[in-house]
Amino acid sequence: MRAVDALMECLKAEGAEVVFGLPGGANLPTYDAFCDAGIRHILVRHEAGGGHAAEGYAKATGRVGVALATSGPGATNLVTPICDAMMDSVPVVFITGQVRTELLGTDGFQEADTIGITMPIAKHSFLIQQPLELPRSIHEAFHIARTGRPGPVVVDIPQDLSRAAITYEPVSDVRLPGYQPTTEGNQKQIRLAAKALANSRRPVIYAGGGVVCGEAGTELIEFATADRFPVTCTVMGLGAFPAPHEQWLGMLGMHGTRSANYAIDEADLICAIGARFDDRVTGQLTEFAPRAKFIHIDIDPAEISKNVPAHIPIVGDARNILPRLTAAYRALAPDPARLEGWWSRIRAWQQRHPLRYDDSADSEIKPQFMIEALYEATAGEAIVTSDVGQHQMWTAQYFHFSRPRQWINSGGLGTMGFGLPAAMGAKVGRPDQTVVCIAGDGSVQMNAQELATCVQEGIAIKVFVMNNGYLGMVRQWQELFWDGRYSHVETGPWPDLVKLAQAHGATGMRCADKRTLVTDFKEALAIDGPVLVDVRVTREENTFPMIPAGKPARDMVG
Amino acid sequence: MGEPATKDVLSLDELEVAGQLRTGRKHILSILVENKPGVLTRIAGLFARRGFNIDTLAVGPTADEKISRITLTLDGAKHPIDQVTKQLHKLVNVIKIRDLEPQDTLSRELALFKISADDSGRAEVMQICEIFRAKIVDVSRRSVVVEVTGTCDKVDAFERLVRPFGLVEMGRTGEIAIARGRGET
Repeated sequence: MRAVDALMECLKAEGAEVVFGLPGGANLPTYDAFCDAGIRHILVRHEAGGGHAAEGYAKATGRVGVALATSGPGATNLVTPICDAMMDSVPVVFITGQVRTELLGTDGFQEADTIGITMPIAKHSFLIQQPLELPRSIHEAFHIARTGRPGPVVVDIPQDLSRAAITYEPVSDVRLPGYQPTTEGNQKQIRLAAKALANSRRPVIYAGGGVVCGEAGTELIEFATADRFPVTCTVMGLGAFPAPHEQWLGMLGMHGTRSANYAIDEADLICAIGARFDDRVTGQLTEFAPRAKFIHIDIDPAEISKNVPAHIPIVGDARNILPRLTAAYRALAPDPARLEGWWSRIRAWQQRHPLRYDDSADSEIKPQFMIEALYEATAGEAIVTSDVGQHQMWTAQYFHFSRPRQWINSGGLGTMGFGLPAAMGAKVGRPDQTVVCIAGDGSVQMNAQELATCVQEGIAIKVFVMNNGYLGMVRQWQELFWDGRYSHVETGPWPDLVKLAQAHGATGMRCADKRTLVTDFKEALAIDGPVLVDVRVTREENTFPMIPAGKPARDMVG
Repeated sequence: MGEPATKDVLSLDELEVAGQLRTGRKHILSILVENKPGVLTRIAGLFARRGFNIDTLAVGPTADEKISRITLTLDGAKHPIDQVTKQLHKLVNVIKIRDLEPQDTLSRELALFKISADDSGRAEVMQICEIFRAKIVDVSRRSVVVEVTGTCDKVDAFERLVRPFGLVEMGRTGEIAIARGRGET
């Protein structure tokens, strides 16, 4: 068979039920193989849309996403999704076409050094040099993408090699001598961590995206409730711990709650789980949690002591480590009463500084109200994707996520245009669930073309655009930190989003009255098929509270 | 806030940061990598984007043709060595990394020096070469080319001594290293 037919067999063997892609000259053989392969292929309108859709699929299901593109511009259009998947540890295999081997290095038509371009932003990459290497490389790519700290893997296949005839033998093993992720977690370290927790009086659990991709949500709840440990999550970790829970402090970091940030500031022991002390979490690093010692549980040893020195590092899989930590902690039978003082301090912050906004007295829709309305209309159950900006932070604050994989956003790279295609991928992976995308009017336009894909494929996503006619987060920074000198942030009322939706064959709706908003949202959610709702919100509302960039948590404003 | 019920009390104040972050000395890393195209680019790229400076780098085959050895030196005062090695370990093609202990390691570098040496200076240059057990591999009327092997420090010392004669050119390979005794590097 041809190497590309073997590729199809490999994809099936890996359980890839769907791929997102766009054909071109260099991957014509692959597309020919799709005719008979029996794998669902979703034709996207832009490779970036396909890449983010594969990410959304992977984030919603926990399975490996697959995105395809041709050589040159097809591959370079995948650069943003690859980098995004790297920053947020998303398991995606990106398969790109490449020019024929005889043209490699000659600046051939649609030639780009895909491996060179993506090397710093991929977990690993393969340039196929012999057709026989292809099956093994595909399996190794899936293995690398999904194990250890998940991430993107690129496989670049020259066109002539993909057509070559090979004898296909199923591959049942992978041989990667240099790739042996640590998953177990050192028992001695776990006991030490339990002891430290038992002796702490002001502990905080700081959980990140690692808990979500490590499928350790249940284990986290078990651990946190082994005592009354206060829990905060990063923007990537939201849903890892149920937001409606008495030990929940809210998100931490730049737009986190005051209680979460103040608790971190005064903590004597912080137990970080699958989190990486990003600058949006720590603020000024030297003033981050100045009184605390750190337990750091992470599957990636390079994250340990990268930004914040760890006193008790535990390298391994959270799902594996947390039950053992819980058991070790219970065995010590610490007195739960020692946390009472800590909790009364936290409760005082929660009472004094709840998340709040000034609601309008008339029909005007405040953006925070819009999120609350959507939470109500979906009964808090929907899978929610978002783009990047104010709407993302308001969603993180006001949509109370209750389970892992319910919240899908671009945290690390901060990619505008991520939400709509990610929702498409999530809906393909979880057709039984309501999938909504909360977007900004600026960011939705960055991948709005995928509405056509949704219509063609019958992918019934619901897109709610928080429309303020501004690049809102940048406007907020210009208002607060650049003396209100607005520079190129006003986008105005264009395009007409209702017509845009209709032009793609989707349903377009507009909402401008808060009094009917919940009913309008319910109506949109009930429509069979993709819907885009243009929600006109207060134009110049700011996302608060906020730790100004590079400042300590104590200096929160708003 | 009662005392914890555990007998085995641990004071959080006693906890110290695990591992030394900056050592302040030169490190020689011996890295075994799969002999595949692009591996050196991956390592060089990693160093560049993480802001680590490579002082010297030498690449060559090992007894196993599928594996190459990269010997790399860097300054532990400027870089947290554990971060460097952990980041290197994340590269799928990197099989093994040894941060070699200076006292248990033999390291050598090869250098070629082209030194200005006419009749008046040649004898003195030759004398220095003898002390360093360096070899003169080419002589012309106005210059000599000298081959020196030794540790990085020895080559540095040689360079300092011959520089006043006029150093026309020099080339150094960077150190390679191997562990003393029977054990594997």
